[in-house]
Amino acid sequence: MAGPASPFVQITGVTKTFGAAAPALDHVSGTIEGGHITGLVGPDGAGKTTLIRMMTGLMMPDSGTIDVLGFDTRRDPARIQTAIGYMPQRFGLYEDLSVQENLNLYADLRGLPRAERPATFDELLTFTDLKRFTGRLAGKLSGGMKQKLGLACALLKKPRLLLLDEPGVGVDPISRRDLWKMVKDLTTEGIGVVWSTAYLDEAEACDRVLLLNQGKLLFTGPPSEVTGRVDGRVFKLSGMTGRRRPILAKALDQDGVVDGVMQGASIRLVVEPKVDVAAIAAAVAGADVTSAPAQPRFEDAFVDMLGGGPGGRSKLAEATTALPTDDHKPVIEARGLTKKFGDFTAAQDITFQIPRGQIFGLLGPNGAGKSTTFKMLCGLLKPTGGEGRVAGFDLRRDTAQARNRLGYMAQKFSLYGDLSVAQNLEFFAGVYGLSGARKRERIKLMTEIFDFAPHAALSAKDLPLGLKQRLALACAVMHEPEALFLDEPTSGVDPITRREFWTHINALVEKGVTVLVTTHFMDEAEYCDRISLIYRGRSIALGSPDELKASVATTENPNPTMEDAFIALVQASEADEDAGKAAA
Amino acid sequence: MSDPAFTRPEHRDRIRRFAALVRKETYQVIRDPSSILIAIVLPLLLLFLFGYGVSLDATRTRIGLVVESATSVTQDLAASFQASRYFEVVNGRDRREFEEDLLVGRVRGILVIPATFAADFAAARAPKIQVIVDGSDPNTASFVQNYAQGVVATWAALRAAETSARAPTIAVEQRFWFNPELTSRNFLVPGSIAIVMTLVGTLLTSLVVAREWERGTMEAIMATPVTAGELLAGKILPYFILGLASMSLCVLLAVVLFGVPFRGSILALYALSAAFLVPALGQGLLISAATKNQFLASQLALISAFLPAFLLSGFLFEINSMPTVIQWVTVIVPARYLIPSLQTVFLAGDVWPMFGEAIAVMLLIGAIFFIVAWRNTRKRIA
Repeated sequence: MAGPASPFVQITGVTKTFGAAAPALDHVSGTIEGGHITGLVGPDGAGKTTLIRMMTGLMMPDSGTIDVLGFDTRRDPARIQTAIGYMPQRFGLYEDLSVQENLNLYADLRGLPRAERPATFDELLTFTDLKRFTGRLAGKLSGGMKQKLGLACALLKKPRLLLLDEPGVGVDPISRRDLWKMVKDLTTEGIGVVWSTAYLDEAEACDRVLLLNQGKLLFTGPPSEVTGRVDGRVFKLSGMTGRRRPILAKALDQDGVVDGVMQGASIRLVVEPKVDVAAIAAAVAGADVTSAPAQPRFEDAFVDMLGGGPGGRSKLAEATTALPTDDHKPVIEARGLTKKFGDFTAAQDITFQIPRGQIFGLLGPNGAGKSTTFKMLCGLLKPTGGEGRVAGFDLRRDTAQARNRLGYMAQKFSLYGDLSVAQNLEFFAGVYGLSGARKRERIKLMTEIFDFAPHAALSAKDLPLGLKQRLALACAVMHEPEALFLDEPTSGVDPITRREFWTHINALVEKGVTVLVTTHFMDEAEYCDRISLIYRGRSIALGSPDELKASVATTENPNPTMEDAFIALVQASEADEDAGKAAA
Repeated sequence: MSDPAFTRPEHRDRIRRFAALVRKETYQVIRDPSSILIAIVLPLLLLFLFGYGVSLDATRTRIGLVVESATSVTQDLAASFQASRYFEVVNGRDRREFEEDLLVGRVRGILVIPATFAADFAAARAPKIQVIVDGSDPNTASFVQNYAQGVVATWAALRAAETSARAPTIAVEQRFWFNPELTSRNFLVPGSIAIVMTLVGTLLTSLVVAREWERGTMEAIMATPVTAGELLAGKILPYFILGLASMSLCVLLAVVLFGVPFRGSILALYALSAAFLVPALGQGLLISAATKNQFLASQLALISAFLPAFLLSGFLFEINSMPTVIQWVTVIVPARYLIPSLQTVFLAGDVWPMFGEAIAVMLLIGAIFFIVAWRNTRKRIA
């Protein structure tokens, strides 16, 4: 029996390699304690899932050992499995079984005594607020409800250690917050919780973190210790006149600047120690800009730890022909777009306009209707009602002309996995109608800009995620489109690659390219000029990031985050709906 | 150890876990349209196809008939061919007229009644007729040959009776026992029941296990106290019962709707089917343990189980007429042991020595599959 002094999980020098690839985990050591939420933090491919699977005893390390609750995973996996609760990435639910049937199944598998069942089921169903849905098939639940049911199944026989693999993915922010509260309650009973995540804001809320990147452990300890490394080095520049994107680009190229991102109308900068921020601000944005210290965040520190973000120059944009910015006609336009699948309305009356040289964001959880709206606007889905226009062309009548003006980067970077980097470039150039000298010239240019030459012969599916994303961007912009459609463009990639990506996009926008982006990353919304919050198929709010945040500011929370704004606006819209129903 | 699961006899937990897995699987079979499709719709489709559509009987086969010299005897024989319900006759004077027709398949065979026929017949020397068939289509070829012989034999007998003369010697005497009408449906339908059980046992089983890997549910239940043996058993029992149910449905239809005779015992039918499901299920589990992917699993199941059950089992093609190497390969095809036994149960009756041998071999092949599948289904993800 593990005493209170010894850790729940002891990881010692664990290495795991799959095939010929670089190690998924490389000499990782660390501990996980009871009564805490321990964040297993890192971008996709960092080794989080591999490490969790090893803790369940379902996967063995190549070298090193893992002790869970005092048992070695190699020798005693069965004993570990009776004492843990595990929720894998897709929640491990049987979709053809109802909520109650899933609970019954896991109760039997975990050996929950019959006598305890009524009380346990009642408690868990109340806890997860699923009481009304016990007869519904798990496949028919929303993402948030599935996740709660998955948690309930993992908690049936109160585990001592709860392992959650990316529980926050594909779930709306409200459910995510609920789940966090539930898990937090469990830790007060002494249960140890492992919560793996690629979201750095989740990491900030953990009691302790194991920070992983490309299989290596970068840090272990409380997150405040991570953010502590950039204490006093984070600033917010505001009061800028004119376009803010070139200012950010300039700032990133200044000596002493570690990292910089857009935050609505402001810019957030991380600088090296003892650097005069006021001087930098004056140099890049003029004298009337104010700089104020800001609360350091986990992401600032992570980027600092990785050696700082990329510079502000985009060779891609420099090689792009500038488009005239004087006409004020919208480049992308949605008028009352509606899509129905049977009796399900995926998108209802979506209307917005995007002027040239702006970034417009569709923000919302998975399944809210973002992708449906997006696909109608790039001509991949036929709307049930309303119309969409790109560069003045009606998507229904002049599909070909409209499509020639747009570049499309799909979710998960839909590249041809079995084609090499060079073949993908060649193929997409052909698809977008490039030929002859211009085709050769553009491919050569993309290869130079994104430094594809060393990887040209590799299959796209074998590329690291960051390179895949670069290749997808190159393929989408090869024909110099006027409008760029980005569907979840930075999902799962590390913060450095994400910054590099936005440096290119920001610079392209300055050249007159118009961008429509979907994202469920609240932070990413800050790069947009305007955003539309999509929830349950409807646009519930539209405005600039600062406007949306300001609209929900209260005396208790004068500086709400984008996520706070989202939650407040969703709750307001639900209250409206209920009021409407009551009135009817 | 303070954990109660290890201190008290955990027998009850074991049974409870197994029952839970079986219950879950049953719900899934009932609610999942694809398992209904494979276990009920596909078998019915196959059965109707073999019951009505596919027939290996030579009904109205087009042939070219060459009468080299027209005498009353040869004309009489020619008339017999024309009257036969097996042949549609095109008349000619010279075999060369039909060469191209045979090549492109406008006729399935050429029958030549030679100029010497009448003389031989009159002299009571065994008269000869020539049958030219397309050897690239051996099934049709052998049917044309057999039926032509039948027509000649019938004609000779009738002729002998009429003229009360001594009947000339007939070269071949064929008698068909147990399926005297020679209706191919009667041996195709029992055979197709073996195919149906292959579909349920191997294809469906490999699909449902692979699906659990794809949907991540396998990972979740593996992280519970359930053992690898319980997991396997929880999959086997429901699909074993489903396989027998599918078989029962097919037998019922075969007897009631198609009037296929059933001369053996129900016990023999179920004993043989149950023994066959052991290798079928074992193969299905092995495939899914090795692939963990529905698409690959279905391809492998079709190629390694479904096609051999069709082609290498003696169902459509005689094993004795296959090349020696292929004959060796058929030794490990479980359907090869089931199909002749099933046909015997339907058309002849119980022949227990034959059934006993078939059951023993099928169980042996099944045991091998299970041992390999067991070794591959440890509670490990990679």
